Amino acid sequence: MINTKNIMETINMIDKENLDIRTITMGISLMDCIDSDGKKARIKIYDKITRCAENLVKTAEQIETEYGIPIIHKRVSVSPISLVAQSTSDKDYVKFAQTLDKTTKTLGIDFIGGFTTLVHKGYSKGDRILIESIPEALASTNKVCSSVNVATTKAGINMDAVKDMGRIVKKTAYLTREDDSIGCAKLVVFSNAVEDNPFMAGAFHGIGEADTIINVGVSGPGVVKSALEKVKGENFGTVTETIKKTAFKITRMGQLVADEASKRLKVPFGIVDLSLAPTPAVGDSVARILEEMGLESCGCPGTTAALALLNDSVKKGGIMAASQVGGLSGAFIPVSEDEGMINAVNAGSLNLEKLEAMTCVCSVGLDMIGIPGNTPESTISAIIADEAAIGMINCKTTATRLIPVYNKSVGEEANFGGLLGKAPIMPVSKFSSKLFINRGGRIPAPIHSFKN
Amino acid sequence: MKAFITVIGKDKVGIIYKITSVLFENNINILDINQTLIENYFTMIMLVDLSKMKTDFTSIKNILENKAREMGVDIKIQREDIFTSMQEI
Repeated sequence: MINTKNIMETINMIDKENLDIRTITMGISLMDCIDSDGKKARIKIYDKITRCAENLVKTAEQIETEYGIPIIHKRVSVSPISLVAQSTSDKDYVKFAQTLDKTTKTLGIDFIGGFTTLVHKGYSKGDRILIESIPEALASTNKVCSSVNVATTKAGINMDAVKDMGRIVKKTAYLTREDDSIGCAKLVVFSNAVEDNPFMAGAFHGIGEADTIINVGVSGPGVVKSALEKVKGENFGTVTETIKKTAFKITRMGQLVADEASKRLKVPFGIVDLSLAPTPAVGDSVARILEEMGLESCGCPGTTAALALLNDSVKKGGIMAASQVGGLSGAFIPVSEDEGMINAVNAGSLNLEKLEAMTCVCSVGLDMIGIPGNTPESTISAIIADEAAIGMINCKTTATRLIPVYNKSVGEEANFGGLLGKAPIMPVSKFSSKLFINRGGRIPAPIHSFKN
Repeated sequence: MKAFITVIGKDKVGIIYKITSVLFENNINILDINQTLIENYFTMIMLVDLSKMKTDFTSIKNILENKAREMGVDIKIQREDIFTSMQEI
């Protein structure tokens, strides 16, 4: 009846290998909060979020106590604010962001996502107002996250939005310059954004979702690394099997927590995100898994292949363990949030171009990367365009979360604290993309998107 | 509801007695018990039934943790499902 080995394995995963639930994220639709009067809309928004998520933190803490598994973040994602706010006559949506921020204090949650707009094909009135509001919204709030979808495989890339986002990222960096431009750490530019992502900064509650939903993101890079330490020198078949088995176990725990949270909160279960999400803590790094496969330092030749294997094996192992899979699902490669990535950048083995290659085979994109504060807007836009193109052509989500750290240059470091970690400033190409970005218009959808 | 209690630490007289006393006082039934000793390192795993317990989960956890602190060992109480969901298909 008692299998000591299995029980001790689970306990070791939690105690020594940093296994945790990264987030329980409650998605809340705000579509019934629309009002022509901005003030009334914000009252409805505040009331709905604080009512629906009233017991989120308490329930998550109870689950932590009973199962002995840490749940690091409790978050809320809401409908894209551009849709909710655009029937008002407001000239900016900063107050909407501040209302969202206020709910985080009331609820005790860690982040709220959904200061979002989807403009992959063009702008409506609310989209433009929201995008222009982003810098001040992020500078005047603490826990609000913002995302803008500029491309999809079906629609192509909105290069006008790409151009605008270079400017918005820079302005956000400037307005939050006292804190190492931290505003940019809460701003993601997407290609193929997903509607049920529990991870920040890109979480929002899609319009195809139910009124409220529970999504869970798991995390366990340390567990995967420890498992691979036991198969040193074995071939890739063994490596794949080891990762699959480990991902299965991690995801089963995520499914259990998601089911419990859903049952106790009386909110339908949405998805489990099959993720390997690192933290800046030692022993919680995706880069170190890649190195465990035999790479001297993350970023050296072989890194893209290693990441491809890791990402695919995590999905294969996890998909059978969860009843509904969604979100971003795969290995994350943020730089500032991963001790091994930071080390690789400082060692000179990992650069922006290699990271771009890596984003072709993993679940996200250029994530949490500090770049010099004097990087031109057009260069940031061009990096966003490159990343959007990778997503569009490969039918996958990609995201760009660059932080042009005000007044800092290569060799320095930006410190964001907490899970956001610290970012070594990485060099960016000195060659100009300005004429390319200034063209504007749209890059059409690729031929393989025409499947109907 | 069933849960596993695990106690890990240096072996000494009375560990099982002290833990089981707490369980007795709170009407918690022991369904199975397993103990191993590797060198002087003590590992005990108990499967317990909490369905008739006199207190709530948070309280029993606190009581057990206080008792473990007195004895200088590490104790955990976790619902059974975390182990079964992870380790069994």
